[in-house]
Amino acid sequence: MDVSIGRQARRRRPKGRAAVQRNLTAYGFLVGALVCFALFSWYPMVREVILSLQKNNFVSAPIWVGLDNFRTVISDSAFWTAWINTVEFTVLALFIGYVVPFFSAIILNELRHARAYLRFVVYLPVMLPPAVSVLLFKWFYDPGSGLFNEILGFFHIPPLSWLDSSSTALVSLVIVSTWMNLGSGTLIYLAALQTIPSELYEAAELDGAGLLRRLWHVTIPQTKLILLVMLLLQIIATMQVFIEPFMLTGGGPEDATVTVAYLMYQYAFNFGNFGGGGALGLMLMLVLIVFSVIYLRVSREEQH
Amino acid sequence: MSLTLQRPVRPPAEAARRSKGRTGRLATTQFRTLVSPHALNTRRGRTVYWIVLAFMLVSFTLVFIFPLYWMITGALKSSEELSQIPPTLFPKGGFNWDSYKQAWDLLDLGLLLKNTVVYATGAWLFTMAIDVTAAYALSKLRPIFGKVILGGMLATLMIPPMVIMLPLYVTVLDLPILHVNLLNTPWAIWLPAAANGFNIFLLKRFFDSIPRELLEAAQMDGASPTRILWSIVLPISRPILGVVSIFTIVNVWRDFVWPLLVLPDTEKMTISVAINSLSQTMPQNSLTAALVVASIPTIVVFFVFQRHIMAGLTAGGLKG
Repeated sequence: MDVSIGRQARRRRPKGRAAVQRNLTAYGFLVGALVCFALFSWYPMVREVILSLQKNNFVSAPIWVGLDNFRTVISDSAFWTAWINTVEFTVLALFIGYVVPFFSAIILNELRHARAYLRFVVYLPVMLPPAVSVLLFKWFYDPGSGLFNEILGFFHIPPLSWLDSSSTALVSLVIVSTWMNLGSGTLIYLAALQTIPSELYEAAELDGAGLLRRLWHVTIPQTKLILLVMLLLQIIATMQVFIEPFMLTGGGPEDATVTVAYLMYQYAFNFGNFGGGGALGLMLMLVLIVFSVIYLRVSREEQH
Repeated sequence: MSLTLQRPVRPPAEAARRSKGRTGRLATTQFRTLVSPHALNTRRGRTVYWIVLAFMLVSFTLVFIFPLYWMITGALKSSEELSQIPPTLFPKGGFNWDSYKQAWDLLDLGLLLKNTVVYATGAWLFTMAIDVTAAYALSKLRPIFGKVILGGMLATLMIPPMVIMLPLYVTVLDLPILHVNLLNTPWAIWLPAAANGFNIFLLKRFFDSIPRELLEAAQMDGASPTRILWSIVLPISRPILGVVSIFTIVNVWRDFVWPLLVLPDTEKMTISVAINSLSQTMPQNSLTAALVVASIPTIVVFFVFQRHIMAGLTAGGLKG
């Protein structure tokens, strides 16, 4: 008995040492990532909350002010305008940016020619630096010699003032943003469509289902989850819209294109009020996290 | 996230196209999609097919290629020609590189390109060194609290990048504990790029699929974890390393908001940020030339690594 215990203990000891050794090596490998994530991901989340509760000019010591920053931001007349614009932007972007890629993918999936070209072309704008696309469209929107008014003139349609009028400015931003991002959705849907088993279509056809009924009863149910996932991702992505108003309109004309993310930037870098910016960021984060949580649930469901 | 990294499957239509040559038909019964192959092989079906194909070709080319054509030719026109109404479809003076030269001098494009390359390369090196080792440790060495750490890293995917921008900026101005200011240094791009939960996710998933026996055999032979990582895991993982590398480099190249905030010094700017900040003061044709220069690298990368990029997109491009 004594001997067997001793043997067990002896056997366990090197194993224990090996485990310690393994853990040490593992943490050696992990230390870089832990430092980076701690400094640049985890801490900033905490910092956001601190930022929103303090008055801080980065010269003298910060003062805790409770919810004052939130009160200041909410009482700002641009606050609700920014939220309405953001929601409007997101909804408009969904109209084109969600429906068009899906139907493009359906058609692409039917084509037997030029597929490689069409896939390449639709994804090209996604690869361009966004700043390039936005500046390119800024030139197209030019009311004087811009491409878009030339095209309208060609069809004898009176020119539009695009970015300069509060009625068309937001739509103009949606057009740029959609042009830049259409490709990824199209290709993701195309990949999803290719996983639909042929038998389903054949069976539906044997049951006498026409093209539209097959679309409704086979294609859409089979891609339902990816459609939902993409909807949520697109909402999350477009609600953060910043670069378009920043580069094209500066929030104008008459606050018609001020978005929440742009207002956040303005608070911090134009008004020097990081507390207000932090408060806005926190509010936007809370809204978007709701969508993120739904997204996680949906994609977990898809996994099963 | 249910996105598995799979090898790009040959699109079924390509197989169909191959047999088309032999049968002379548009659709075969090998693989079918929404449209019935029988309908497609009728006279009416074929007519509709060619009309739809022509429509797709024309509309996609007009919508996605024509703006780029306008950009490239615009950069070759003189200022007078650019403001001319109606505009010219082809540049009159042939290839006039003056606006490129002007853009190069006005913007100091050489310096900007160099800066952007330095930021992208550094970010790539740090991402590789930090994320690969971390994913390997989490996948194969499985230390205590490994699950918690992984959870913490993946949780960062839920945080939309734009909303964390301000606190991240404030952090970079004065790093906690170290009290270093990274503003206007490449570190402000390199280190945050490595804190990428999505890379950890992709890499760990791939490492998980490497059979345990393979590594255990090497361990028996006395190979250290570092050696196993270097000589066994990395060579097997080339596909995923390629995807992560391309996305890291392209993302740094395309990024606008973060470099705008942390590299405000004209000497340190990335090409995107500098073009935007000087766009008001430049004549349109040299601005357009600068836009062409800024987009060439990404287009070249796309040409060369198209398959990797599309595989990465459908594998896990569903990043928030």
